[in-house]
Amino acid sequence: MSGLDAYRTDVENQWCPGCPNYGILTALMRALHSLELAPHEICLVSGIGQAAKLPHYLRANVFNGLHGRAIPAAIGIHVANPTLTTIVTSGDGDLYGEGGNHLLHAFRRNPDITVVVHNNQIYALTKGQAAPTTPRGERTRLQFDGVEVDPTRMLATAIVHDCSFVARGFAAEIDELSGILRRAIEHRGLSLVEVIQPCITWGNHSVDEYRERIEPAPANHDSTDRHRAIDFALRAPERLVTGVLYETPARPTFAASYRRLIGEGPLAELSPIGRETLERRLDEFTVAGAGPTREPKRKDT
Amino acid sequence: MEDLRLFIVGAAGEGIQTIGEIVARAFLAHGYPVFASQEFESRIRGGHSSVRLRVADAPRNAPTETADVLLAVNSGALEHYRSALRDGGLAIGPEASSEGAGAIGVPFSDLAIAHGGAPIYANAVAAGALCAAVGLPLAVLERVLEETFASKGEEVVRPNLASAKAGFEVASSRLGGARAVEIPARSERYAFASAHETIPIAAAAAGCRFIAAYPMSPSTGIITAFAREKELGVFAEQAEDEIAAINMGLGASAAGARAMTATSGGGFGLMVEGISLAGMIETPIVIILAQRPGPATGLPTRTAQEDLLFALHAGHGEFPKVLLAPSDPQCAIATTIRAFDLADRYQIPAIVLTDQFLADSRFSLERLALSDTLPRANLADPDAIEAYARYRLTGDGVSPRLYFGQGERLVVLDSDEHTQNGHITEDLADVRPAMVEKRLEKVRRLAREMAGPISSEVEDAELVLIGWGSTKGSIDEAVAHLRADGRRVGALHFTELWPLPELAFPEDVRYWTVEGNATGQFARLLEAETGLRIEGRIGRYDGLPIDAETILEELR
Repeated sequence: MSGLDAYRTDVENQWCPGCPNYGILTALMRALHSLELAPHEICLVSGIGQAAKLPHYLRANVFNGLHGRAIPAAIGIHVANPTLTTIVTSGDGDLYGEGGNHLLHAFRRNPDITVVVHNNQIYALTKGQAAPTTPRGERTRLQFDGVEVDPTRMLATAIVHDCSFVARGFAAEIDELSGILRRAIEHRGLSLVEVIQPCITWGNHSVDEYRERIEPAPANHDSTDRHRAIDFALRAPERLVTGVLYETPARPTFAASYRRLIGEGPLAELSPIGRETLERRLDEFTVAGAGPTREPKRKDT
Repeated sequence: MEDLRLFIVGAAGEGIQTIGEIVARAFLAHGYPVFASQEFESRIRGGHSSVRLRVADAPRNAPTETADVLLAVNSGALEHYRSALRDGGLAIGPEASSEGAGAIGVPFSDLAIAHGGAPIYANAVAAGALCAAVGLPLAVLERVLEETFASKGEEVVRPNLASAKAGFEVASSRLGGARAVEIPARSERYAFASAHETIPIAAAAAGCRFIAAYPMSPSTGIITAFAREKELGVFAEQAEDEIAAINMGLGASAAGARAMTATSGGGFGLMVEGISLAGMIETPIVIILAQRPGPATGLPTRTAQEDLLFALHAGHGEFPKVLLAPSDPQCAIATTIRAFDLADRYQIPAIVLTDQFLADSRFSLERLALSDTLPRANLADPDAIEAYARYRLTGDGVSPRLYFGQGERLVVLDSDEHTQNGHITEDLADVRPAMVEKRLEKVRRLAREMAGPISSEVEDAELVLIGWGSTKGSIDEAVAHLRADGRRVGALHFTELWPLPELAFPEDVRYWTVEGNATGQFARLLEAETGLRIEGRIGRYDGLPIDAETILEELR
C-alpha cells in the first residue's frame, strides 16, 4: 500500500470512525495510483457536506467551494487548465439537491471531468435531515412522520440525458469501486459515479442491510444499451445495481471546438492578445467627417 | 451648431433604431459629434420607444428630454412624445392628417412602396425626411446608406437610395420656406461607441480569457461581444444561471485564466454567495453589474443607479472588494483594465457598475485608447518556492498565488476558514483572527491607491455637486448652465467608489449629491465614511437617466 502514501495528507480526518467514506477515499487513491497520476496533476473539487471534506484527505490541488456549486467550479477549472484531471467529490445533498440544476446542465455540456457522488441518503453534516435520495417513508430528524415525497433517481435521469459515463459503486466494495473510478477517470467526457455510502450515524439502515440491496450488473451487460441501463437505474432505491451502467464514448466534449482553435495547454500560458489588434478594434469606432480639412497638408515643392 | 436634439419615435420593431443609426452616421460622416441614447419598453413588438440624437459642434454626451425635431413613424408615437417637442420645434409624422403648425406629414410607407418597391424601405424614407428637416445634405445620407448596405448587394442599396431621396424631397417641399440651412461639412473625426462596446475590448487587453454569464438586460451585450469576436480570445459560456456563472468564473480563475462575468441586479443577487467565496478563497474575478431599476424584475429596459449599496455589501462575512463605476466609454476602458488589475493584485472580486444608459448610449469622443500600461499576471514562480502555502501570512495580506497545475506545488483553496495551507480549520485562537486580519489588511492597502474624484470648477464654488458613474455628462452640463447664470457651482465626480481613499472636503461649501436612485445611496456612503454633511440630494428613480434639466429644476 506504500504506493498510496503519495496521496495521504496529515489533515485530521473529521469523519466518524468506521464511516464508509473511508472506503471511497481508499478506492479513489487506488484508482489514481493505478493511473499513475501525481498529486499535482489532479484537481479535486467539492461543495459542502461530510463527503465534500474528502479533498482535504487526499493530496492534490483542491477547490473546496460552496454548497452545491462544485460542478460549475470544476467546469471553469477544466476549461482553464485541461491538463489537470478534475474530479468532483461531494454528497448527494450537495450534487443532487442544492446543485441539481448544475448536474442537469453538465449532462448537456459533457465536460471531461469525473463526478463522484457519495450517496448516503441523508444530510449528515446538518445532523440527519432527508436528502433528495431518502426513500419515501423514512423517518428523519426533520421528517418526523416519514419522508412524504419520492426520491430522485438521478442515474436514470443521467442516462436519459445521455450522460456519457454512468456508474454505481458501493463504498464497502473497494476493489470494485476503485475499478469503476479508474474507468470513470479514463473516460473522455462527463463521468457520473454514484457511490452507495451508508451513513452509520444518521441513517436508519446498516451497511449489511444495504449490502442485501446491492446487485452487481451482470458480467455481460452491454453498457451501450441505453434501455437496459435505464431499467437498472430505475430499480433504485429498492435494488441498487452496481457497475458501469451506461457509456457513450462518441459524444463531443465541452469546449472541444475552442480547444481545437487554441490547443490543449492552460489558458494562463497563452500569449496575450496583441495591443495592436485591440487598438485596431477601438479605431474601428472612429468615423471621420468628409468635409474639407482645415489645414490642408502643404505640398513640398 | 449649438445643440440639435432629434427624437425618432415609434413602436418596437418599427425600425427606429435603424433610422437613428443611419442619421447618426450621416452626421458623423459630415464631421459632427453625435450622442445617441435610446429608451424602450421590455417587449419585442409594439409600445413606445425613442432614439434620441444630440448633435453639436462639440460633443454633448448627455441625455436630453427635449426635442427640436420629433420624427414619429406612427401617429400614436407622435401623440405620446409630442410633449417632448420644444416650442417652435418641428414634428414629422407619417400622415398628411398630422400636418399643422410646426408639423409636416411624410407618408413613409407609401413612398417606400412607390420608390423602393416595398414597405421595408420606410426607414430610408424617414431618414431622408429627417435629413431634409435638419439641413443634412442628401449626398451624405446616400453615402452612408451605400456603406451600410453594400454587403447586401446592389438590389438592397438601390431601393434604399431611391426611398431616402423620395423622403428627402417630399419633406423639403412640405417644409417650403421652413427648410433648414444646409450644414457645412467638416473633417472632424470622432469615436462613436457605447461603454458596453468598449468593455469587452478592454477586458481582452487586461488579459481576460474566460467569461460565463446568463443573459440579462442590460448586460447581455458583453458576453455576446466575446462570443462573436473570436479575435478577443475569450472563452464565452452561457451559464444555466448566475450562480453557475460566477462559480465557473472562480474555477477558471483559480486554474489560471483571468475571468469575468456580467449581469444585472437580479442575477447579481444570485451571485452574492459567489462573491463571498471569491473573498474567502482570495481568487480574482471581475463582475460587470449593469444596473436597471428594481426591486425584483423592476423595469428591465430602463436605467438606474440603485445597486451601489447592494454591491458594496454583497456577500456575507467581512472581506475586501473593489467597486468602480465608469462615466463614459473611454472611462469604461480604463475602469475595466483597472478592475482586472486590482482584482489580480489583491486577489479579490472587483465590481464595475454600469447601467442601461451607459450600455445603450453611444458617445462621441475625441478618441478611444487603451491604458498605457496593461496589467501583467501577478503569479508566483513555482520553482522559487520551497514549501508552498496558498494563504501564507505575508504582512500585506496578499499571499503568493499559483494556479492549479502551475508546476508541482499543490494549491489548496477552501471556502471554510482555513490554515495557511488552505485546509479546513477551527483554530479560533490563532488562525481565524490572523486570516480575518489578513483579508482586511487588503482593504487598508487598497484605500491608499484608490483614486479620488475628478473635480471641475470647484476652486471658487460655493455649491459642489457630487456624482458617480454615468451621470457625469449631465452634471457637467448643469454646472455649465449654472455658471452661465453666474452661480458659483462646481462638481466632484467619483469613478472609484470603494474602498474610498482619504478625502478632504473644504468647509464653507454646500454639497449636493446627484444620483439615479431615491435614497441617496452614495450620499449615505460618503456621510458614513467621511462625516461629510450632504445638504441636498437630487435623485431620479423613474427609470430614465438623469439629464441636466432634472438637476437644474432642483437648483434654480
